[in-house]
Amino acid sequence: MTIKTLSQHGVQRQQMPCLTKMERMIISMQDPDMGIKLRNQRLLITVIPHAMTGADIFEWLIKKFSISDEEALHIGQIFVKYGYIYPLKEPRNLILKVDNSPYRFQTPYYWMSTRWPASELDYAIYLAKKNIRKQGELIEYEKECYNALHKRINHTWDFVVMQAREQLRASKQRRKADRIVLECQEQAYWLVNRPPPGTLDNIDHGPERRTTNTRVQLFISFIMHPCSKKNADFYKKEIEHNRISLARNRVKSSICLESYVKYCEQYQPHDPIMQGCLPSNPWITDDIMFWNMNCETVSVPTKLRVERWSFSFMELLSDPVGRKEFLTYLEKEFSAENLCFWQACEDVRHGETSKIPGKVDEVYKQFLAPGASRWVNIDSKTMEKTLEGFKRPHRFVLDDAQMHIYFLMKKDSYPRYLKSDLYKNLLARAVVPQETKKSVLPFIHRQRHSSPSPALATQAAEDDGKTKNSNSFKSNSGTASRL
Amino acid sequence: MEMAAQPSDTLATLKTESETLKTKLEEERAKLHDVELHQVAEKTEALGQFIMKTRRTLKGHGNKVLCLDWCKDKRRIVSSSQDGKVIVWDAFTTNKEHAVTMPCTWVMACAYAPSGCAVACGGLDNKCSVYPLSLDKNENLAAKKKSVAMHTNYLSACCFTNSDMQILTSSGDGTCALWDVESGQMLQSFHGHAADVLCLDLAPSETGNTFVSGGCDKKSCVWDMRTGQCVQSFETHESDINSVRYYPSGDAFASGSDDATCRLYDLRADREVAIYSKESIIFGASSVDFSLSGRLLFGGYNDYTINVWDVLKGTRVSILFGHENRVSTLRISPDGTAFCSGSWDHTLRVWA
Repeated sequence: MTIKTLSQHGVQRQQMPCLTKMERMIISMQDPDMGIKLRNQRLLITVIPHAMTGADIFEWLIKKFSISDEEALHIGQIFVKYGYIYPLKEPRNLILKVDNSPYRFQTPYYWMSTRWPASELDYAIYLAKKNIRKQGELIEYEKECYNALHKRINHTWDFVVMQAREQLRASKQRRKADRIVLECQEQAYWLVNRPPPGTLDNIDHGPERRTTNTRVQLFISFIMHPCSKKNADFYKKEIEHNRISLARNRVKSSICLESYVKYCEQYQPHDPIMQGCLPSNPWITDDIMFWNMNCETVSVPTKLRVERWSFSFMELLSDPVGRKEFLTYLEKEFSAENLCFWQACEDVRHGETSKIPGKVDEVYKQFLAPGASRWVNIDSKTMEKTLEGFKRPHRFVLDDAQMHIYFLMKKDSYPRYLKSDLYKNLLARAVVPQETKKSVLPFIHRQRHSSPSPALATQAAEDDGKTKNSNSFKSNSGTASRL
Repeated sequence: MEMAAQPSDTLATLKTESETLKTKLEEERAKLHDVELHQVAEKTEALGQFIMKTRRTLKGHGNKVLCLDWCKDKRRIVSSSQDGKVIVWDAFTTNKEHAVTMPCTWVMACAYAPSGCAVACGGLDNKCSVYPLSLDKNENLAAKKKSVAMHTNYLSACCFTNSDMQILTSSGDGTCALWDVESGQMLQSFHGHAADVLCLDLAPSETGNTFVSGGCDKKSCVWDMRTGQCVQSFETHESDINSVRYYPSGDAFASGSDDATCRLYDLRADREVAIYSKESIIFGASSVDFSLSGRLLFGGYNDYTINVWDVLKGTRVSILFGHENRVSTLRISPDGTAFCSGSWDHTLRVWA
């Protein structure tokens, strides 16, 4: 399948925000008071006016944006790469050197945003000039381009050579300093627009993104009758949406924002990137103890993990160990059917569409039918609505009932669980791992152990009669799989 | 003689009415905005020195890496690239475990199934396909491929909902859709974006019924998965929205855009509550994700860097260098111990 090459319009659309910003910065760099101090720079025996050194650019960026050396260099490189600043020494190499290498600002005529695209004819004239000037000494890729162009636009070649000769003649009449500057400007422009093979292409973008404009245009061109109906529908929908939005209840910012502060504070000890994790972060020390101690089947969970169950009901339910503990508690309270019902509803909601009717039937028999073995207590209104929905069972038919039971557990069983001995004892028994010190000799890696692939679980389930192959584990460990 | 109503008049009137409502909506939203986030966060401790390094580099893609997703086992990753390759890695050992070659280029979306037994991917083929992962070395993964979603333009993002059985997709055709994996049937479609939809994220809410999407129309929309309705929308970015991600509590979401900013939107306050930007950041953010506590926002940018933001104070905490081309995708690991970035420089890096 071919990718549609980005249209002129497409490239401009995607690049313009960046180019506009860059150009604003370039202009402020050239500000007579706050910008970079330009002076004459010596290039061998010629004096070039209005130039600056790489170091000047670097220091100005650091001061202006209060950024680090590394970042200033990074931004400086971007300006040179995009052709907004060009080097006078080694003009082929569009990089920023933080020393007294001379640089100049590119003339706006050649800015990326103003001249687009650079035509073949212009490029041919440029290469022809070089060819004549250097008497056939173009470098490799330029030679190839030159020959290819010669073939492609052969019919205008006389014009090309004539233009090239004329431009060379005109430039010979300029002062040497001006001539050097003009040549560097032009060279920088072509290095950006026709990058040598191997260098990064600045105009490299992803597949074309279409916006409403393109879509409407296409619509008009292909279908003759007015497309206003489509647009009218769109606006009608927007109006409806905005009306509903206007009517919605909003919460004060102070309340909303305060909740973030609380949330971040509460979860900070659990955030490995913020506060580290015990015994250690596996990615840093190569020790997978942290993962082993927090896996699904661990018998003694860590203290942090058990504490986290108290943050919200969802935290408890989403941890398999937490859910198991909660089920044990509910069994003691003779209300385990609530959790089982909730799980069964989840299964309906997220399972295969074809299995829905069957599952709904099962749920009804086990939990909702009068005299059911694990009957759950739902209010009559919800029950009525649910039973009505059973006539045509769909994915969300149990939602209301599930929600009812969920909030019942959340408001009643959950808070009591947190106060129960079961929970408190578990918390007391919970483990606080000891910190693994990083290896004294940092260059010696711990061996990085592989783990069984989760895909193995289904494999084993599928291989009914076959024994669980520990050998197939080995094929995953250590050796690089050849693919 | 009756004059037929000019279609262009009606269109113009409708447009004006819509614009007026939008302005009113912004006014209403502003009324309850009594404080800024960084003011509320003044009492919060500032973050200390921040050091994160590349701990693993995954090399193996022959072209630009476009998308990545973590497996629930916290160490495996699936990634997709421009040349059609989809690779499953054990990022911890850096071993490649599976590889599939798609019949199309620019595989812009990939996702790991919650069970860890399958991956979904798609791109310029306009489809989303599911590949079950087989451990049999001789088995050709492509043979068991299942076509699930069909759009009329490129697939930009996909993710499994809470099970392996349903997939949510977004597309260049301006729509999102929910699909049943088993039958390939469309369960719900979501219309409302005026241009390509580039990204989506599932809400971590109790009821688990909403998701957010972002597009080239500079809008981000929150959708009700059951009804297909757009519940809320925000339009404050100045350019394409490349990435959306929920804040861990589900009460807010962040978006990264070509306008070089990341923004935070609160769903209860129904407005934008923070902008993460710096004068020195010129290029767009392609991908964003929160740390586990939501205190840090990681943004991968088109200028090859990763900027780390203090979500509460609004300041930039750190800038990470390393990639040699634009960062196209970034995800935090399921237990928050690390994050992985994928780049057009053909590599993936795990940072911790």
